[in-house]
Amino acid sequence: MALYSEKVMDHFRNPRNVGSIENADGVGEVGNEKCGDIMRIYLKIDNDVVTDVKFETFGCASAIASSSMATELIKGKNLSEVMHLTNKAVTEALDGLPAHKLHCSVLAEEAIRAAIEDYFHKNQIEYIS
Amino acid sequence: MIYADNAATTKMCKVSIEAMTDCIEKFWGNPSSLYAFGQNAAEKLNQARKTIAECIGADSAEIYFTSGGSESDNQAIISAANIGAKKHKKHIISSTFEHHAVLHALKKLEKENFEIELLDVHENGIILPQQISDAIRNDTCLVTVMFANNEIGTIQPITEIGRICHDKKVIFHTDAVQATGHLPINVVEQNIDMLSMSAHKFNGPKGIGVLYVRRGVPLTTLIEGGAQERGKRAGTENVPAIMGMAAALKESCYNMAKSNKKLIELREKIIDGLSKIPYSVLNGDKKNRLPGNVNFCFEGIEGESLLLLLDDRGICASSGSACTSGSLDPSHVLLAIGRPHEVAHGSLRLSIDENISEADVGYIVRSVTEIVDYLRNLSPLWKDKITGKRKFFLI
Ligand SMILES: Cc1ncc(COP(=O)(O)O)c(C=O)c1O
Ligand SMILES: [Zn+2]
Repeated sequence: MALYSEKVMDHFRNPRNVGSIENADGVGEVGNEKCGDIMRIYLKIDNDVVTDVKFETFGCASAIASSSMATELIKGKNLSEVMHLTNKAVTEALDGLPAHKLHCSVLAEEAIRAAIEDYFHKNQIEYIS
Repeated sequence: MIYADNAATTKMCKVSIEAMTDCIEKFWGNPSSLYAFGQNAAEKLNQARKTIAECIGADSAEIYFTSGGSESDNQAIISAANIGAKKHKKHIISSTFEHHAVLHALKKLEKENFEIELLDVHENGIILPQQISDAIRNDTCLVTVMFANNEIGTIQPITEIGRICHDKKVIFHTDAVQATGHLPINVVEQNIDMLSMSAHKFNGPKGIGVLYVRRGVPLTTLIEGGAQERGKRAGTENVPAIMGMAAALKESCYNMAKSNKKLIELREKIIDGLSKIPYSVLNGDKKNRLPGNVNFCFEGIEGESLLLLLDDRGICASSGSACTSGSLDPSHVLLAIGRPHEVAHGSLRLSIDENISEADVGYIVRSVTEIVDYLRNLSPLWKDKITGKRKFFLI
């Protein structure tokens, strides 16, 4: 028995969408160094659609896999959908996480929301969070 | 697989397995039974007691079998506290980086109005004997300081601390779980009143240990029942495990000098190799540490990720990061030697034994170096640090 599911290990070992986007339309960062997890998400947005997404993460395997999975889940999606991505959806897509690691998937949800809010803010778009 | 986590547990050695299986097959009687078959088991038990006593310079009558290090620590501390309480002495001295078996037992005593004083272990992870002399008061009933630390491997000045306690007539207990079978121990010369050991840390079986108690120090019974262990620890003895433990300890002590010479050479190679990683620091004194212990912090690294990627390369190691422990705080040992939280998350402990080859050492150093580099490149934190947006903690 391993600590993590095969899906988590796959995304941890081969994270998708790693890197940064120059002149991103939205950038979101959550977490702090003291707690040991930081995620930064970069979004490229065209006509309310996430056309590209990249991430950088400092943290445990759960944090890295959650960021990777979250970027996969939102790529090509409409902002209205992306806004409603939950950590539950990320966790389910990863075939579950150990209970004490759920907080790391919450960070992925929060980082994406922060990136969209940054986009709204930059473009002075009114939104209800 | 390269197993570099011997501080967590060790593989049983051949003589220990043989002693155990021999016992299971031939001496499985109850040592308390009167017939010869039971008394044969009792005889084996006594031989094991004698073997273990000899390895630490004690007398057979001073050896009590327990379920392991945690139980020994608890029984030692509670016994000393009870002795103290009778004389209205309720001050206990220990250190900030003890094992939780000691710290949590002390925490419990604090609720019973004992005053617990935890001494600073400094950046090198070593207590000064002077701190002990300064801290001892008229109402001190116990000094408990570990022989060697389980995370950073630093060896404490046990002989000096023992002498001070002896002179001031204060009971001295040492958690020697990491030291037994790895470092020379003589309880008489070192003035040790109580000592904890655990078989699975010296190539013996799990779930068995010893509490050595100097004659004349009254023990408190934690497990009530039959008259085993002179009434101080009830329960039919785990004779196979006890025989396995005795065989393992004898073997470890016999091989100690030779094995340590090799381990120190390999340890130094690993330390030299890992020191080349930028923004890394060795935890604990460079020389005064267990022969097989290496412990580093790498800035901008989260320990769990490092461990899992090492596992992918067949290397078993451990870390003091919060995300490996299930708690939110990183290792209390690394915090005790002054590492900030941010740095303590990125720790790596390698505890090697003599099954490691020089080639393995090279492979370990290469693997850690590559993985640290890979993880840093994945990290927004690292990017901020190297572009000056965030500060470095290590220089
Ligand atoms: C220093 C120290 N004390 C106590 C213990 C507990 O020993 P056991 O697992 O035998 O209860 C350990 C083991 O992790 C240890 O390293
Ligand atoms: Zn985490």
